[in-house]
Order: sequence, then C-alpha cells, then structure tokens
Amino acid sequence: MFLRHIRLLLLASICLLGLQAQAAVGWRDIASGETDDRVAALRNALLESNPRLQPFVQALLDDKVRVSPAGVWIVEGEAVRDFAADQVAVLPADAEEVSNNNRMRRELGVALAVLQLRSPKLAQRQQAVQVLQEQADIKHQAMIEQAWLHEINEPLKEQLQTLRASLLLDAPLAADRVLAAKWLAAQGSPKVSALLEARLAAETEPAVRAQLSLAIGQVKSQLDWGERLGLLFAGLSLGSILLLAALGLAITYGLMGVINMAHGELMMVGAYATYLVQQGFKAWLPGLFDYYLLLAVPMAFLVTAAVGALLERTVVRWLYGRPLETLLATFGISLVLMQTVRSLFGAQNVAVENPAWLSGGWAVMSNLTLPFNRLAIIVFAALVLGAVAWALSRTRLGLFVRGVTQNRAMASCTGVNTARIDTLAFALGSGIAGLAGCALSQIGNVGPDLGQSYIVDSFLVVVTGGVGQLAGTVWAAMGLGLINKGLEGYTGAVLAKIIVLVAVVAFIQKRPSGLFALKGRSAEA
Amino acid sequence: MLPTALNNSPAGPLSTSRLLRWWQVLLALWVVTMLVPFLNLWVPDGHWLHVSDYLVSVLGKMLCYALCALALDLIWGYTGILSLGHGLFFALGGYAMGMYLMREAAGPGALPAFMVFLDWKALHWHWGFSDSLVVQLLLVLVAPGLLAWVFGYFAFRSRIKGVYFSIITQALTYAAMLLFFRNETGFGGNNGFTDFKSLAGVPLAEPTTRLWLFVITGCVLIAFYLLARWIVGSKFGRLLQAIRDAESRVMFTGYDPLRYKLAIWVLSALMCGVAGALYVLQVGIINPSEMSTAASIEMAVWVAVGGRATLVGPILGAFFVNGTKSVFTVLWPEAWLFVLGGLFIVVTLFLPNGLLGLLKSLKRRVKP
Repeated sequence: MFLRHIRLLLLASICLLGLQAQAAVGWRDIASGETDDRVAALRNALLESNPRLQPFVQALLDDKVRVSPAGVWIVEGEAVRDFAADQVAVLPADAEEVSNNNRMRRELGVALAVLQLRSPKLAQRQQAVQVLQEQADIKHQAMIEQAWLHEINEPLKEQLQTLRASLLLDAPLAADRVLAAKWLAAQGSPKVSALLEARLAAETEPAVRAQLSLAIGQVKSQLDWGERLGLLFAGLSLGSILLLAALGLAITYGLMGVINMAHGELMMVGAYATYLVQQGFKAWLPGLFDYYLLLAVPMAFLVTAAVGALLERTVVRWLYGRPLETLLATFGISLVLMQTVRSLFGAQNVAVENPAWLSGGWAVMSNLTLPFNRLAIIVFAALVLGAVAWALSRTRLGLFVRGVTQNRAMASCTGVNTARIDTLAFALGSGIAGLAGCALSQIGNVGPDLGQSYIVDSFLVVVTGGVGQLAGTVWAAMGLGLINKGLEGYTGAVLAKIIVLVAVVAFIQKRPSGLFALKGRSAEA
Repeated sequence: MLPTALNNSPAGPLSTSRLLRWWQVLLALWVVTMLVPFLNLWVPDGHWLHVSDYLVSVLGKMLCYALCALALDLIWGYTGILSLGHGLFFALGGYAMGMYLMREAAGPGALPAFMVFLDWKALHWHWGFSDSLVVQLLLVLVAPGLLAWVFGYFAFRSRIKGVYFSIITQALTYAAMLLFFRNETGFGGNNGFTDFKSLAGVPLAEPTTRLWLFVITGCVLIAFYLLARWIVGSKFGRLLQAIRDAESRVMFTGYDPLRYKLAIWVLSALMCGVAGALYVLQVGIINPSEMSTAASIEMAVWVAVGGRATLVGPILGAFFVNGTKSVFTVLWPEAWLFVLGGLFIVVTLFLPNGLLGLLKSLKRRVKP
C-alpha cells in the first residue's frame, strides 16, 4: 500500500515537471530582488530540467554573477558573458555584484545538491545526498522523489528513500506522515530516532502520534541491539587480543613453568619485525604492499622464536626450578630488549600501516561498524589457537613437550633430548608472542613500550585460566575481554580495568588450587 | 618437579658476621648519617671533601631506597615471599605525607592547586584529615599497613605463594597505579603531588631543613636496621626462615605460618610507607609512576644485588644500584637500562648471594 502511494506521488510530480518544462527560467529573478522572491524563483527553476541552471547556481555561489536592469552577467576573471544570451559581452556600467545572505547561500547550496542528484558521477550524487540529509526540507520533496526513482546505486537509493521519508515526516497530509514513520521505523540510526522524537513533540494528530511512538520504539530497540552487538564485538576483539598475548605464555609459563617477564617485549619484537617487513615492501616491492602481511606473519614468528631460543640457551636454561630468579632475570632481559629497540629505532612509535584490505569496516547496522582489522585479529587468534592446539596434541614436538612437562626424568630415559625440547618449546612460545605482536601492530601503536601494557594482563589470563591447559586460557581470555568491555559502558575504561584486575586478584585468592592445576604429589612442594 | 629451594637458599644471617659484624654496619651507617651534614656545612665549597646540596639530596633519596630494600629483604630474603607490590606501599606512604604538604602549601582553608585546576569546590572525603600533621603521619603507617593486612590475610590464608603471590601483588599495584592516574581519584592524576613549601611551618627548601631530613632518614634507617636485626635473631625470625625453607614442615610441627607471614608482611609494608613519606619530604614529588611494575621489581634487584637474607646486603645494594644509576643517567643515559638489565641477569645467574656473597667467597679464598 505504501509503495502504491509513493508511485502515485511520483506520477503527480512527473506530470508537474512535464508541464513546467516549457517555461523560461528567470535568471534575473534568481539573482536579484528580495530574498523571498529569489528563493521562490530558484525553487521554480529547480523544477525544470534546464541544464544551464547548475553552472548558474555554481556561479552564484562563487560570487561571479553581476546583475543589471538589462540582464545577468557572469564575470570569469577578465572575461564577461551575457548569461541569458550565452555569449561574450561587455559588462555594462550599471552592473552590480550579487550579494547573497546566509539564507540565500544555504538555499543555493541545497539547490546545487539537488541538481547534483542528477549527476552521472556516483561520488557527486553521494555528496549531494549528504548535503541534503542536513538541509533539505519538504519543498525539495519532489526533486528528491525524482532522483530516488532514477537512482541505480542500491545503497544510495536506500539513503534517498530514508531522506524522502524524513522529509515526508513534515508533510501536510497525515497519511504521508504515517507512511514516513512506518518507513523510518526500519532505519535504526540515532539521527532517525532524533527526527522521530522531534516530530512526535510537534505532532497533534492522534493516529500519527501512535505510529510515531511505535516507530520510535522500533528504532530504539534496533539501536539497543546495535549497541549490544557492538559491545559483544568489542569484548570478543579484546578477548582475542588477550588470547594471542596469553597463548605464548600458556606454553612458556603454563607448560614449562618459566615466568617470562620478557614476554611482552617479545611481542614488541614481533611488532617491530612486522614494521621492518613493511618498510622492506615499501622500498622494494611497493606494488605488492597489500600483501606484506603474508611475509610479515612468518617473519615475526621466526625472528621472535630465534630471540626466544637464544634467551633459553643463554639465561632461562640455568634457572629452571627457580621461578623467582627466572622472574628477575627475564625482567632484566625485557629491559635490555626495550633499550635495544629504543637505540635502534628511536623512542618514538613507528608507523605500521594496514594494507588496504584491512582498512575500513563492515557496516552491519547504522550504529555498528566492525573494523576489518579487528575482525581479522579474531580470525587470526582462532587460527593461531588451532595451530597451537594441533602442534601440542598432534605433533612429535608437542608429544615431547608434554612428556618433558609431565615427567622430565622419564622422558629423558626414553631418549628424549629434554634440553633441546626445552629450547624448542620456549622458542615456540616466544614465536607465538611474535605473532601477537604482529597482530597488535595492525590495531595500535608500535613503540618500545608496547609489551609493558600487556604483560600484567597476559599473566592474569594464564593464571585465571589455569596453568597447563589451553582451554582454560581461551575461556579466561574471552571472559576477561567480555567482562572488561561490558563494564566499560558503566564505569569507563580505566575503572573497568581496575575492577577486572581486583576481581581477578580476589578470584585467585578464592580458588588458588583449583585454578593452578596443582594435583597429586606436586601440589605441595 | 620439585623446586630446589633448599639447595639454593641463601646463607643465613649468622654467616654475615664472618664478613661484617653488626656493630660495624651500625657504626658505618651512623658515620654516614653524621658525616654528610658535617661535610656539607663545614667543609668550604670547592674543597674536595665538600658534599654539595645536590649530593645530599641524592644520598637522602638513597637512604629511603635502602629502607625499602631492607623492608623487602625481610619478606623476600628471610621469608621467601617475593613481593612485586612494595612500590604501592612506598607510594601510599608518600601520598599520605604529600596530602598534608599539599594542604599546607595551599594555605589554611584553601584547596590544593590541582583541585582548583580541576574546578573542585570542596575536598573529597579522603582528604578529611589532611590538615592535621598527626593524622597524616598516622596514615603514613595505617594506609600501607591496613592494605597489606587485608591483602596478606586473604592471600596467605589461601596459601598463595611463590610466583602466584608475586603476580597478584603486581596486578594489585598495577590496578592501583591506574586508579591513581585518574584525576577523579583525587590524588592529582598524572602529576601527583609537587610544589611543596613547608612542613609544619618549616620551609622544605632550606639547606638546613634538608640536612635535618637527611639525619632523620639516616636515624630511621638505623632504627629499622636494629629492629630487623632483632627480629631476624629472635625465635620469630627463625620461624620465618623455616617457613622460607620448608613451609609444610613448619606446619607439621604445629605452627601456623599465616600469623608469622602476615606479621612480617605488614611490618615490611609499614617500613616501605615510612620510606615513602621520607622520600616525598626530600625529593618533593610523588606521582603514580612510583607504582609502576618496573619500580617494584627494581627494589627486588637492590636486594638481590646486595645479597638476600643478609641485612646489610640490601642496604649496600640500594646504594650500589642507585649510585650506578646516578652516574649513568648523567654520563650515558642510554646505557643505563642495559646496565640494569644486565645486573638482573648477572646477579640471578652468577651471584645468587649478591655482592656480599661475592665478597665473602673472595675473603674465604684469600684467607682459607
């Protein structure tokens, strides 16, 4: 029924357009006289499809029009043209500059936008719609109607339809207003909500009021859903980042019992490796820049794993079984790594750019856009998690790592080179930290202090989830991420983080043994 | 896998006496405390023995750090609990002192400058007693002490120990730092407290005030050293070391480790709070960076460098590490973190008993 109504309206307006097409445009009426008359003349002119109207409006906006009793003149630097006759002329002595007050300027701007709706260029039409969304009123209804009919770009057509409906909200006919409210009810954007509210305040017709209230309720609930989903997504995104940061620790700390305070700095090393690969692509393969991540991911892994292996061989190896000493030594390592990076790359953050396919986002709802880089990190975290789980449970290395963890002496007796396994496991954990760093470089700043902000969080994730099992790490990461983001809405970001930290500290005090997987004989040393 | 704590437990306090007798340490501390003001006041400027005002303030700062190191040594070296939250207690003591100083700097009835800047009309509740020096001095003890008691009670009751304890103290300190960074918390946000003018009418910038503060800090350090010595030698101290070396055996013999651990933990926090208050008086600034993760771990390295489970070691360690830091930050600031990081690694790998252990083994080699 609604569509039919619109069709009728359209027919009417097209008829109107046809009737007026013959009349000549009064250029002089638009350029001079009282503002009210000029606006009326401009609007009349808009209803005709005179191709010369657009350059004329543009010239008016650019203050290039002079007017004299004899006609209208366009001054283009030295050159002067008689606009009505469209020929070169000499500017008469009595020609005056056309001055446009603010109202006239706005009116001209809207007129230009309306004219641009017919432009063959999509970008220009989009821009025009944007202008009209701000400034159009019910009197432009017919033009927008026509543009809507001719529009072929689907999203833009949708926008035009919304625009039409929002104009119809102020239509004189109650039925029009009801229709508009019905249409707008499906559009869950904050602006539409404000429009409907404003109309409701001014509306007197009971039927329209009811429809408006209904529409506002629908829009509100849509907005609420968008917000909820956005929160959920933010929580998942934070959770996946925490997971990436904690996965490496789940191996080095959870399985090997090494308190690696340099874990955050290994992430930083991974981020800097990504930066170097990016710079390399910029310098030598600018054409393939969009694919630099394909090389950066393995590079980040390998470089960080190499650093990790080196650390294990030189420092960590001598401290097995002395966790507090490991903590101090690895903190020393983190200081050295940080200062090394600072000396090599400077203390400032370096710029890591997203490749084109990671910038922008997916607009799910009017108030919910999912950035591609965050989506990619969620997928990436899932992939890394799968790879780690596979490596630990299905490969020979994973078997050996688990064997050495469970019974070092027995593993050694059966011929496992435990020292080598330690190095490899530590390198694996470090490499995953490098992957996390590579991922972080896509969403945040890359600087020497990058790791510091994650070290406390990632330890808490591992400790909360329970040492020695990946599933616990996943649950803890996602849980902490969601809780953190959920609280943020009420308390603000910093307070939410504090609450989560304190809650985790309290939680660990409540359930220390259940979470740390200390079972059997090793429970009490 | 069994932790090899027993094999690695550092030498007990009795072995200290082989290198340095306790009265020698005391004498050395006393001489430093008295000599520095003397050299500052009565040796003319330009003489090679003259101690400049700058050096006095640096040494005063180090005395505070030595106090922290001593506090951490009691809980880590003697009881085997590594706290990464002593920076929090230090900062709490400092903030409690700073609140009074801020009020006095603002003048009677006026709001401290940062509150005026934030357009606050009245003091927040926790500033209620900030115009009373006595209450704030009590708070220097109560704030860290109470927090330590509550936190310690729950942590020790759940028998959280070792690395888990370290990590949750670190998390707590990190949370507190985030909290203090907020302007809304009412502690001056990022900038913390600074621009102090006087303490109970005595101007803080005067050289003589600074000397007095230096002497007081030295005396407090001596007093706490004696207290620590007394504790370590007492039955209580023996129990602490027993808990460090084999907590379950201590329990089997009928002792409840909770009480002993809690007592030394709270005492250690109090000492840090006092150190923080003295630090604020001499350095003239306190901000949330004192609660950063790195600040607390640095305290641990002072203890480790000097030698754990000795009382003089941490004091020496604090002076050694901070002295090196002062030299490097002047001469070659970029290299300082390499040196500090290297210290962490070298000490844990090669010097489990710190510098004192190194000296001891050298002495043993010279005179078998």
